[in-house]
Amino acid sequence: MEEAPHGCPGADSAQAGRGASCQGCPNQRLCASGAGAAPDPAVEEIKEKMKTVKHRILVLSGKGGVGKSTFSAHLAYGLAEDGDTQVALLDIDICGPSIPKIMGLEGEQYMEDNLGVMSVGFLLSSPDDAVIWRGPKKNGMIKQFLRDVDWGDVDYLIVDTPPGTSDEHLSVVQYLAAAHIDGAVILTTPQEVALQDVRKEISFCHKVKLPIIGVVENMSGFICPKCKKESQIFPPTTGGAEAMCQDLKIPLLGKVPLDPLIGKSCDKGQSFFIEAPDSPATAAYKSIIQRLPGAAFDSEYKPREGQREDCGFVADLCLPQVDGSDSSLSPHWSLQPGIMLWLGAINIPQKRP
Amino acid sequence: MLRAQGKAVHQCDQGWVPVFVDQEQSISLMSVGFLLENPNEAVVWRGPKKHALIKQFVSDVAWGELDYLVVDTPPGTSDEHMATVEALRPYRPLGALVVTTPQAVSVGDVRRELTFCRKTGLQVIGVVENMSGFVCPHCADCTNVFSRGGGEELAQLAGVPFLGSVPLDPQLTRSLEEGRDFIQEFPKSTAYAALTSIAQKVLHRMPALHS
Repeated sequence: MEEAPHGCPGADSAQAGRGASCQGCPNQRLCASGAGAAPDPAVEEIKEKMKTVKHRILVLSGKGGVGKSTFSAHLAYGLAEDGDTQVALLDIDICGPSIPKIMGLEGEQYMEDNLGVMSVGFLLSSPDDAVIWRGPKKNGMIKQFLRDVDWGDVDYLIVDTPPGTSDEHLSVVQYLAAAHIDGAVILTTPQEVALQDVRKEISFCHKVKLPIIGVVENMSGFICPKCKKESQIFPPTTGGAEAMCQDLKIPLLGKVPLDPLIGKSCDKGQSFFIEAPDSPATAAYKSIIQRLPGAAFDSEYKPREGQREDCGFVADLCLPQVDGSDSSLSPHWSLQPGIMLWLGAINIPQKRP
Repeated sequence: MLRAQGKAVHQCDQGWVPVFVDQEQSISLMSVGFLLENPNEAVVWRGPKKHALIKQFVSDVAWGELDYLVVDTPPGTSDEHMATVEALRPYRPLGALVVTTPQAVSVGDVRRELTFCRKTGLQVIGVVENMSGFVCPHCADCTNVFSRGGGEELAQLAGVPFLGSVPLDPQLTRSLEEGRDFIQEFPKSTAYAALTSIAQKVLHRMPALHS
């Protein structure tokens, strides 16, 4: 299956398979048969697969570069410090898969007995390989990761996402709809420009009924290694995440200061907890991790009953109309993508007997 | 960042009118940010919708006579990037400025961005290393908060020019967020010299890129 044409009316539209732009599309027959409007069977298959996974946590951010992947990796390290806890980390940043590098795993798929990792990074043969995929192909990969990876008995499945609110986020929420996600942790840096994007991320969570476990403020203050005085590299001009969380009544899980050793550890593929166990940043991370299992149950944001399952909504835009029509914007599209790669089952190591 | 929040996009006979951010009207801006009813509203769109809007930004905005059109993109190599290259191709884009931070993890991602440029036939004007060092305001010691060396390493790996490093400047961020005018504040920034130098290098490369 290839991608749909740009003028695609949408798989669940009344015009599916029948519109002028459908001519020549390889999915035309499928759409015309009404198959595109049917619920994706993968959702139930994934629900079955997820029966052996106790908790599912998404790590989100509005903006790129706020430390989401670093946080996800260290969240996984931190949870896996207890040898009896089985942790899996799934990296769904298809175009920018940094998790293998951050965890020193290039070329491997798992590291400790109780910590397994999956990423498209493992499937690329060269560090220069670019994944130049449109949304549907990325969605197909995410479906495969959730449905076709043999996760086994897992206490925590952490899902690291790319920044934003697009295909990957919609897909992971849709595919896990029946399996239930405990909630999302949203990363930000303290400045208003980052917080603006976090508010959008929070709006996304509300729209898709995703509970919010809380917000983590990263790069929150910097201690100069020479004079030991604190500076704000990313100044919290509007009160930082603390003020925003108070305003929106969302838990602030913690603030992590900027420690240059964090970047260095990730570059070496080492856990920062091992490289700098006495850093205030390590203490901050550990304190945030402590709040997670309990916070996942105490989250104030629960899905509201009676809301529609389909995530095909559109932000309200004030578009200047050129000729009164809106035909240049194609409607929300959720055609099932084709699968380009077959992964095969990856066995996540089981708990020690 | 450019103090243009809340401005509206109007239409004229030639199309949508971009928003000017300075009195001299030398810098105009178009962004989906201008089209949102509520700035906290998430734009939760899949690829095809984003693709369509980007095409409109190129074809339906009355840009007028421009010396330069600079396109800011999100991270990645996906719908937005493909849509931009496709929409601009008829106008023969000069090329791409690729931005990294100094860390190896960032370089690891940005290498793929360079592959994207190669595969889509987009010339690479050069690599810029951002967030390159922080000068402590108390003792003036410079710390490499996000490691060092990534930008030059990346440029060397890919065989493209390294245009320069830009230091972190919290003062600039603070002054912009406090509502001050970027055009006034920017020349006072420690990042100003670095960015001006990079701009000069880009301008000097123009003749070679045009041919």
